[in-house]
Amino acid sequence: MSETAFQGIAASDGIAIGPVFFYRPFKLEIPVRTAGSVRDETLRFEQACRQAEQELDVLKEDVLCRCDPETAAIFDAHKMMVADPMLHESIQVRLSKGLTIEAAVFEASQELAAMLEGMENELFAARAMDMRDVGRRLLRILLGVQDRSADALGCPSVIVAYDLTPSDTASFRPEWTLGFCTAGGGLTSHAAILARTLGLPAVVGLGKEAVDRIPDGVTLVLDGTKGRVVMNPDDATMTRYAKARKKASARLESIRADSSKDSYTADGQRVEVGANIGDAESAREAVRFGAEGVGLLRTEFLYLQNTRPPTEEQQVSAYRQVFEAMDGLPVILRTLDIGGDKPPSYLKFGAELNPFLGWRAIRISLDNQPLFKTQLRSILRAAVGHRALIMYPMISSVEELKAANALLEEVRTALDAEGIEYAHEVPVGIMVETPAAAMMADALARECDFFSLGTNDLTQYTLAVDRTNERVAPLFQPLHPAVLRLIQKTIDAAHQQGRWVGMCGELAGMPKAIPILLGLGLDEFSMAPHSIPEAKWLIGQFTHARAREIAVQALSQATATEIENLMEGVLEQLSEALS
Amino acid sequence: MQTTSRVVHNKVGLHARPAALFVQAAMAHQSKITVIKDGKSGNAKSIIGILALCVNQDDTITIQADGPDEIKALATLVELIENNFGEPV
Repeated sequence: MSETAFQGIAASDGIAIGPVFFYRPFKLEIPVRTAGSVRDETLRFEQACRQAEQELDVLKEDVLCRCDPETAAIFDAHKMMVADPMLHESIQVRLSKGLTIEAAVFEASQELAAMLEGMENELFAARAMDMRDVGRRLLRILLGVQDRSADALGCPSVIVAYDLTPSDTASFRPEWTLGFCTAGGGLTSHAAILARTLGLPAVVGLGKEAVDRIPDGVTLVLDGTKGRVVMNPDDATMTRYAKARKKASARLESIRADSSKDSYTADGQRVEVGANIGDAESAREAVRFGAEGVGLLRTEFLYLQNTRPPTEEQQVSAYRQVFEAMDGLPVILRTLDIGGDKPPSYLKFGAELNPFLGWRAIRISLDNQPLFKTQLRSILRAAVGHRALIMYPMISSVEELKAANALLEEVRTALDAEGIEYAHEVPVGIMVETPAAAMMADALARECDFFSLGTNDLTQYTLAVDRTNERVAPLFQPLHPAVLRLIQKTIDAAHQQGRWVGMCGELAGMPKAIPILLGLGLDEFSMAPHSIPEAKWLIGQFTHARAREIAVQALSQATATEIENLMEGVLEQLSEALS
Repeated sequence: MQTTSRVVHNKVGLHARPAALFVQAAMAHQSKITVIKDGKSGNAKSIIGILALCVNQDDTITIQADGPDEIKALATLVELIENNFGEPV
């Protein structure tokens, strides 16, 4: 058979090569038979429930051993569903109409799953899937079919399936699972999330027709970085991927080992690489991955988990924990950044037609001065003996920045008057995430010490694309030339005023963007902790002159696609030069 | 029969872990317990029934308990709601 390639969605990085294990959940065939007495059928059901509960206990223990309490909780929920009175009532009604227990279980679980699916809340799609999972488990037990998934996997294999439920994915032995590949699903499907947690390559969304053409046992190459799957690879393909896999794992090891060092370009220019975090726990993770500071501490966690705003003491203690975890490294604290899309209960939001253009971030802080001043006081107090910086979100005018700074001054005066100790040298910066701020960067730079580009919102506001709307998701292009030009304008204006510029949007951690940003003169990159080692390595591969060339070339393109293609070429050249 | 109403303050409402805790607490009692929201009612011992009520943050629910331990059942469930299901306040 000749080589065949399929394209899906890249869900988890890495390359896997091995035989296919085609996972087919057993067929749900309801036997045609005459039902016994209601009492006999009920007895069989009760036995099946007990066995299902035992199986779920075993599955739960298994995932707990693998340190995955979140998946373990799913199996607790399944156990509750097995014992659910609504399920039992629905089954009893059907038994009394003369149905067999198999038919009753099937109908009742489908009906309840359909009811959950019909609810207008995305949380319910997953619960409906859980209900179907439970129904299938009960039916399989009633039919006396063994769960084939765990046992049939007899050697290290690439798992291919139409779709994978949490039960499915947890039942595969990780040491024999080389990677996942599914017909359905997106980046947030169970298979994709599990693959990323286990560090296994995965491709999802291949489509049913493609998956149907992949037989059991055939050799498969799975490229989770590019979303590509090659069946029956010929010798040349096989050699190429085997080499790529070896190189990728060696590189990963070396860049992880190097990531504790400070970051420099190939010609020795210092560039800071920091982490975006939300609490002290993620601060410790950031340090492990080699963060040289925190480019963004989201303070929302303090505000959203409670029914009351956090007190000054609660905040001081929470911020100190982060400072201590970072052990002397600088931490940029972003003041409250919330809006009508995720309102806390104590702030009264009217109905907003467009919360992203509404009352949010600095606008709320300036309208709720006691709330804002408490946060500023807490930061200044907690910062004693630490390197803290304050950053205001969503600034769109010089007036807003001046108003915020005036409140900060009032807070300092009050602390002086009360004789309370606080940090006097705390630099103040703003997020540049509106096109207005980027255009007015020169004027804003005169009123603050630094900028941090928030590229997620900057992209959304520049391109007029709601980033939470899946329908327009393809239009959300952070490498759009319009966004890059605003970034360039911001950096140039800041440098002219002697201010430094960081970036804490997703773009800062994207390999395709890093050379361009270096070339534009970005001083600090802040990203999700796990992206740090790769970013540091990449920064070290470019001289400043080469990065400038790339940036000039990128900014002369007319479309995001052209820029993406250009950067793919740059990265490919780099990996060829290394081999 | 005992009846009372409460506002659910915790972030996710009666979903996920809080829903599971609520049902477990209900199941520990003999009384028949019903939860009512916006005229819709559900069996408090059924995770599916509770989820189907779609109780979100700041929704008001009415709890009815009927049976030998109805007072204790209601007190236990109310305490759970008022303690925000053990989440920090």
